[in-house]
Amino acid sequence: MSSKRSSRTLAALSGGLGIALALTACSSGGSGGTTASGGTTTAASGDCAAFASYGDLTGKTVSVYTGIVTPEDQPYMDSYKPFEDCTHAKIVYTGDKAFETQILVRTKAGSPPDIAIVPQPGLLAQLVATGAAKEAPKAVADNVDKFWGADWKAYGSVDGKFYAAPSGASVKSLVWYSPKEFTDAGYKVPTTLDELKTLSDTIAATGKKPWCAGIASGEATGWPITDWMEDFMLRLSGPDAYDQWVTHKIAFNSAASTAALDAVGGYLKNDKYVNGGLGDVTSIATTTFQDGGLPILEGTCSLHRQASFYASNFPKGTKVAEDGDVYAFYLPGVKAADHPVLGGGEFNLAFSDRPEVQAFQTYLSSDLWANTKAKISSESTGGGWISANKGLDVANLTNPIDKLSATILQDPKTVFRFDGSDMMPAAIGSDAFWKQATAWITGQSTKDAVDKIEAAWPKS
Amino acid sequence: MDISTKLLTMLLAILLFVAVVGLMLFIAGRTERRSASIVGYVFLFPSIIMVSVGLLYPAVRTIFQSFFDAAGKAFVGLDNYQTIFTSSDDLLVLRNTVLWVVVTPFVATAIGLLYAILVDGARGEAFAKSLIFLPMAISMVAASIIWKFVYEFRPDQPGVRQIGLLNQVVVWLGGSPQQWIVNSPWNTFFLIVVMIWIQAGFAMTILSAAIKAIPEDIIEAARLDGVTAIGMFRFVTLPSIRPSVIVVLTTIGIGTLKVFDVVRTMTGGNFNTNVVANEFYTQSFRASNQGLGSALAVLLFVLVVPIVVYNVRQLRASEAR
Repeated sequence: MSSKRSSRTLAALSGGLGIALALTACSSGGSGGTTASGGTTTAASGDCAAFASYGDLTGKTVSVYTGIVTPEDQPYMDSYKPFEDCTHAKIVYTGDKAFETQILVRTKAGSPPDIAIVPQPGLLAQLVATGAAKEAPKAVADNVDKFWGADWKAYGSVDGKFYAAPSGASVKSLVWYSPKEFTDAGYKVPTTLDELKTLSDTIAATGKKPWCAGIASGEATGWPITDWMEDFMLRLSGPDAYDQWVTHKIAFNSAASTAALDAVGGYLKNDKYVNGGLGDVTSIATTTFQDGGLPILEGTCSLHRQASFYASNFPKGTKVAEDGDVYAFYLPGVKAADHPVLGGGEFNLAFSDRPEVQAFQTYLSSDLWANTKAKISSESTGGGWISANKGLDVANLTNPIDKLSATILQDPKTVFRFDGSDMMPAAIGSDAFWKQATAWITGQSTKDAVDKIEAAWPKS
Repeated sequence: MDISTKLLTMLLAILLFVAVVGLMLFIAGRTERRSASIVGYVFLFPSIIMVSVGLLYPAVRTIFQSFFDAAGKAFVGLDNYQTIFTSSDDLLVLRNTVLWVVVTPFVATAIGLLYAILVDGARGEAFAKSLIFLPMAISMVAASIIWKFVYEFRPDQPGVRQIGLLNQVVVWLGGSPQQWIVNSPWNTFFLIVVMIWIQAGFAMTILSAAIKAIPEDIIEAARLDGVTAIGMFRFVTLPSIRPSVIVVLTTIGIGTLKVFDVVRTMTGGNFNTNVVANEFYTQSFRASNQGLGSALAVLLFVLVVPIVVYNVRQLRASEAR
């Protein structure tokens, strides 16, 4: 009996010791981890002067959570390296396709990231409403005043308080095409919507389906159709009606927006026009948005309406230039003089005001980061990233599409509007609009689609 | 987190578990002398705590939330339930769920039973059984991705090859490729096939054990009476394994009511394939409509309860025998 008891106490003691050991190992292992990502510090020593104001952040970690996944995520991680090398902080980047859903869940559950790259001002407002987001520090606000206009600052503000500096931007009113095909067949880049329709008819008459599109994107399936509808809403009803539509001053199933969706249907639900190289109209719903424009390279499709960031989806080695394999032209307005531009962007929202998080936020809002990121994107993914940051040196954009987009953004004639579904509440912009658009492309009528989206608008 | 931190965390979790169990055993040893029933309560204690916090409290809270509006602030009574039974999208969700629950258990059990009878006592029985059981070893998401590729569609154009197994077979047989996942209502059945594929192994395992447990003398007697194969099945096998069949049917039925991974991975709930579990996830977390999401969850719970009650009754009845 006594031997049993002593062996029991022995077991208990050893178990307790084991836990104590593991605890100490864990606590020292967790915070230490790996310091700066082991890059050469020699090259960075001169440039570290720019980071001196952030101080020494050795051992500190900042977590970044975003919906940007491969292949667009690597340039982001690379652009953080100068910050990591000079301040010795560690930036942990997590990309998640279900970001728009998960960020709300994480915030409500009390475990938000340090910084979230939010692609929707509507979602930004919701996150701020949870009370977990922190206002941007003065350094960031100063940067934004210096490098962006008042409209961009407004997109990152909620109720007059400024929260999130803009990050990247994208121009969405672009149509991708093959310059070779156009010169060979003698097509001209259209300057009005009517010319675009005529061009589509001309190509269709040769037996080829002129347009290709793909909308599959996991939980976000359907979002490219929302871009189409917003582009047409902007063009057919004008920027003021667009603003009213986005803020629900006119109903989603009003005559203006129904007409916009029907106009999109004239292209996307027209089986003479789609889906070049990919099948019939329903194949739009099952083709991923990344694959949607690739048939242009195979010659089975001529036109693909997609944003400027699409450039990084072409295989490496594709020449994206006015005289190359593929290029884009500006999606025209009703009249040649109209210059409405639909665009998007991301915003860096912080949930913590720790000094290292604020330092990183300031870095991200600076022109230094914009130029670093632009250079890296141009090298590794052939471009596909721009910012509306006025400090961005256009010479850093080697990709002709980026140059085109930046030029469009800075053109004084441009009437810029932010992507509508990103401004609407999440129940619409991240759920109903996408779902009903997907149902619409696979057979639902326009009237049912807009009615259902209107019914889903939150009543508060 | 790098790998050493992960391993350390795992070690810590295991040690914590060992510590809790050790503590319980220690207390149980000490109180053994006083009364045996206290030992029982000591063992139950951690489980009761965890079930109350992790299961009971959220369940009560969800039922409570289902009577409130989207933000969880204003009391709306039965409005959410009314929406479920009147909105056309939600009625579709209910229809699909009913289809799933009616088709999956019966077909999976039938396939499992047939397979169990066919391989019973045959050569290579163990190998055959492991083949059908293999799908249970992979996650539902992995199975969904496999079948997503099987159903993959590529247009019938020169220079384009089919990459989906099903469409390739159809093309070989002279047909034209179809959008299996998009065309409703048949796409729901194609999704159900995935669930059947996963569950048939489970059905077969339980039913095979039940068949082997049928006393030899009954089978001998039936054979002596000159029974045919089908008669053997109808009059001897099936009645003898009835309790196991019911257990299998109800277990698969409950699992099917909860199906979420298959629908979410393959269609995201689009193309009229949405089911209750996927819809309450969408409403609660994407549309931020706590009220409707909770109402759907409560509905699911209400649907499951009768099956569980029946299952427990059957178990008690078979134990009493």
